Amino acid sequence: MNPATAILACIAVPVVGALLVTLTGRWPNVRESVTLLSAATLFALVLFLFRGVAAGARPEALVAEMMPGLSIAFAVEPLGMLFALVASFLWIVTSIYSIGYMRGHHEINQTRFYACFALALGSTMGVAFAGNLLTLFVFYEALTLSTYPLVIHSGTDEARRAGRLYLGMLLGTSIAFQLVAIIWTGWLAGTLTFTPGGILSGKASGATVAILLVLYVFGIAKAAVMPFHRWLPAAMVAPTPVSALLHAVAVVKAGVFAVLKITVYVFGLDAVREAASSEWLQYAAAATIVIASLVALTKDNLKARLAYSTVSQLSYIVLGAMLATTWGVVGGAIHLAAHAFGKITLFYCAGAIAVASHKTEVSQLRGIGRVMPLTTFAFFVGSLSVIGLPPLGGLWGKWFLALGALEADQAIMVAVLMASSLLNVAYLMPIPIRGFFARADGSAEGDKDPDRPPIAEAPIPCLVAISVSTLGCVALFFYAGPMFDLLRGAVVP
Amino acid sequence: MIGGHLPVLLVVLPLMAAPVCVVVRRPAWAWTVAALASWGAFVAALGLLLQVLEGGPISYPIGGWAAPWGIEYRLDLVGAFVAVIVSAIGGIVVPYARSSIEREVAADRIYLFYCMYLLCLAGLLGIAATGDAFNLFVFLEISALSSYVMIALAQDRRALTVAYRYLIMGTIGATFYLIGVGLMYMMTGTLNMADLAARLPEVAETRTILAALAFLTVGICLKLALFPLHLWLPNAYTYAPSVVTAFLAATATKVAVYVLIRVYFTIFANVDVFEAMFLREVLMALAVVAMLSASAIAVFQTNIKRMLAYSSLAQIGYMVLGMSFATLTGLTGGIIHLFNHALMKGALFMAMGCVVFRLQVASLDTIEGLGRRMPATMAAFVVGGLSLIGVPLTVGFVSKWTLVLAAIEANMWPIVVAIVGSSLLAIAYVWRVVETGFFRPTPEGAPAVAEAPLSMLIPTWLLAGACVWFGIDARTTLSVARQSAAFLLGSGP
Amino acid sequence: MTFPGLFNYWVVIALMMVGFYVVIAQGNLIKKVVGLNIFQVSVFVFYISISKVKGGSAPILSEGIALYGNPLPHVLILTAIVVGVATMALALALVVRIQDAYGTVEEDEIREREEAS
Repeated sequence: MNPATAILACIAVPVVGALLVTLTGRWPNVRESVTLLSAATLFALVLFLFRGVAAGARPEALVAEMMPGLSIAFAVEPLGMLFALVASFLWIVTSIYSIGYMRGHHEINQTRFYACFALALGSTMGVAFAGNLLTLFVFYEALTLSTYPLVIHSGTDEARRAGRLYLGMLLGTSIAFQLVAIIWTGWLAGTLTFTPGGILSGKASGATVAILLVLYVFGIAKAAVMPFHRWLPAAMVAPTPVSALLHAVAVVKAGVFAVLKITVYVFGLDAVREAASSEWLQYAAAATIVIASLVALTKDNLKARLAYSTVSQLSYIVLGAMLATTWGVVGGAIHLAAHAFGKITLFYCAGAIAVASHKTEVSQLRGIGRVMPLTTFAFFVGSLSVIGLPPLGGLWGKWFLALGALEADQAIMVAVLMASSLLNVAYLMPIPIRGFFARADGSAEGDKDPDRPPIAEAPIPCLVAISVSTLGCVALFFYAGPMFDLLRGAVVP
Repeated sequence: MIGGHLPVLLVVLPLMAAPVCVVVRRPAWAWTVAALASWGAFVAALGLLLQVLEGGPISYPIGGWAAPWGIEYRLDLVGAFVAVIVSAIGGIVVPYARSSIEREVAADRIYLFYCMYLLCLAGLLGIAATGDAFNLFVFLEISALSSYVMIALAQDRRALTVAYRYLIMGTIGATFYLIGVGLMYMMTGTLNMADLAARLPEVAETRTILAALAFLTVGICLKLALFPLHLWLPNAYTYAPSVVTAFLAATATKVAVYVLIRVYFTIFANVDVFEAMFLREVLMALAVVAMLSASAIAVFQTNIKRMLAYSSLAQIGYMVLGMSFATLTGLTGGIIHLFNHALMKGALFMAMGCVVFRLQVASLDTIEGLGRRMPATMAAFVVGGLSLIGVPLTVGFVSKWTLVLAAIEANMWPIVVAIVGSSLLAIAYVWRVVETGFFRPTPEGAPAVAEAPLSMLIPTWLLAGACVWFGIDARTTLSVARQSAAFLLGSGP
Repeated sequence: MTFPGLFNYWVVIALMMVGFYVVIAQGNLIKKVVGLNIFQVSVFVFYISISKVKGGSAPILSEGIALYGNPLPHVLILTAIVVGVATMALALALVVRIQDAYGTVEEDEIREREEAS
């Protein structure tokens, strides 16, 4: 197959999938098969592209010219390749998980759920393969709009409020800051195409670059740098598969991915390093890392705690981009993949616990390890990966980021990373430890309800998904080499 | 040779068809006459646009009297473009009108609606075609008088007072225009626009011409409802029959903007009105206030037609803003928004017309959960709404892009902030409707309604589809707008 | 210019302001229409005034007269009068309908009845 066709197919497959899901909504089994089939097809296509990109190819595809000089075009490069691989692989896993979760939870509007999910994945692929800023922006917005129905899935007042915050903050910042920055960039540089080494070099003064950088970092609210992070905890009202894939992987990673990509291909690393604002942005990211971790400590709701953890971890990647060193960017990209596997495992577990035991608060989870040993163990492994301990993939991201900080003479950032790891331990480890070793509270009301069956392990599809993502965390530790080689191609031409 | 007579055919066709409607009386026949005439006018306008694109401006002396003495019809690119917009909207509105008018206008008055509609169309096309300042006044009044009647045709008695108030304001506006023309005639002795352009520079410094400019500006701004001369518009759009609102919102105010463009860039082409006479500051300030205040008011409306009317006021601000830059990009933005806004507001008002057709009132209370019962209608609303916000791949994005670019070029950052702020407010008011329509449960005891008839849905979707089509491929429209702007900013007609 | 030269324009301005004031200040819909009419007429007078050529006669061809007033504004004003008449007719028709619908032509009473219903 022609690589250009494959790129377009990567966008088209999820969209067609969404259409078929809508059409087959009446037969749940057919509908879920369609979802799985689209996910598998998409992953196959991405793998096909990966073979070429790993060998050094940079396939491109032009869709339409929108305005003179502005087009919807795709170009695959290593950063996007990695992001697409992670997202499309985890879509398969999450689809399996969703089947168990949605049926186990007797959710309403399942057809809309699966259709929007597929659309969101299509948009994610568009973000990953975007060949210029305009295309990136188009799919960035499409991702926001396609995930909105998922956020307010339950239709409660709380969900609608969360939806408003979600949409207002994501669309608002993207129009207020990002779009202005894009138009400004286009005017200065005369082009929006992502080019290795940047397109702004020599065309903008130092002050302009500094302002643009700020506009981009805060305009991409999906990266959740404080103070534009509130939407992410709010989005946790969505069903857990959404929180898992979209709000730990696709949507938030689209944000940090965009930051990375703009750093490398619009500004160029040298320009970012020299920009007056990049150091301030590093501090903003560092502050987000620490503050979000502290907030996570105070949250009793498991998903809220994980959400704040995500906010914190995303800023690692923003920090890596703002360090603008080779190690920083590579570390950021690897952290993007590693955190994806780690955090999705944690969310799967949170969802599995909610389905099996209807418990959502951390304080209710004492002794959960005795009735759901597999899930709790997976939670333990996922936590270790997020903390960054060997032999799990989470180690490498932090390792390289620390190297990047040293390379940029920012030893204080190394300290921030270390402090954050300690905080990770503090807010994640108690959960599996208490789950295994503490005695369950007999006073939990749910247990006394005679009508309710005793708590058992989660549905089989959920367990399958949990196992796969847990194994992924381990695998990333051992296969960091190929990933590293791929990414170096992006930063060092 | 019919091609040579197209300029006059454009106007005469609907003008002659209007009395035929009165003669035939039967609604079905009147409809047929109206449809044929408006499609004919559309073909003529399209033919003219092609001729102009090929061979430059067309001059047509009425009755064979040569230009400075006789009335000249003069179609340049802007005029032809506006004629195409108006007649295209007309051609789309007529099929829609058939069912909608039966529901909203008393049966024995339906033929009057078609008669008035044709007169209004003739007036609007005449404004686009004429090259004579006084003739323009006559057409302005033809279109205005017929639109007062169309508004008063609604069965709600409030429509009568609204039409009356509109008549008072409209007549004052037109009379102001007439005074302006008289003052110019006093100083130059000509009414032909090209002649005026040539002779005005000599007398530009006189107080008479200054007064003329002031009268013209105020008079036309009353017609196009620029803040603070907008008070007639919201109520007029709210209580008029839905078709009338859709037609007037998409054409009448646009044509008024066109008149303003004509005055500043054709009649006063050789006079530096923007710099020397503070017009830029005045217009820009008013436009910005309109954009922000009208959008803010729209957020608090519960009647959706009224909400859209306030949104129109804000969008008129965009057009005036684009014009007031008096730069190539700015004027291009103003002209392209003329076209784009006609598409989106037409689609939005027509979608609401479908709701009124089924539910009598389009307000936030009646549309709760309507997305399930009238999915096609509400989906069209979403497309139009996204366009209003300026989401990429819709026409609104193209407009916003061009306008922001113009502001950046002119180094006017407060204007960028204003455009962005108005877009953010647009998110708020559009999303209130979308959320209520799609994500609220259908209330108990809500009338079980079906989709609107196809004769209404197809035109609505034609416009909604055009919003997307010209949003993805804006090359044609943008190049026409840019050429028009270049022509207007050149050496005059 | 001497007094008679500007006299017409003073009249125009006076009429215009009177008309404008009536439109704004009167609550009675009929009186508003009257005001609007006065306002329009002032413009007609204005046009006719500018057509006057010093020493010129009315623009009707006859022997022995070489200097005529400018006929074009007269023609224009004929058109404008037609437009004005149409506007007036429509405005009055609307007032009749409003009287039928509300039982009054006073603005404040209409507002009261609207709020009451």
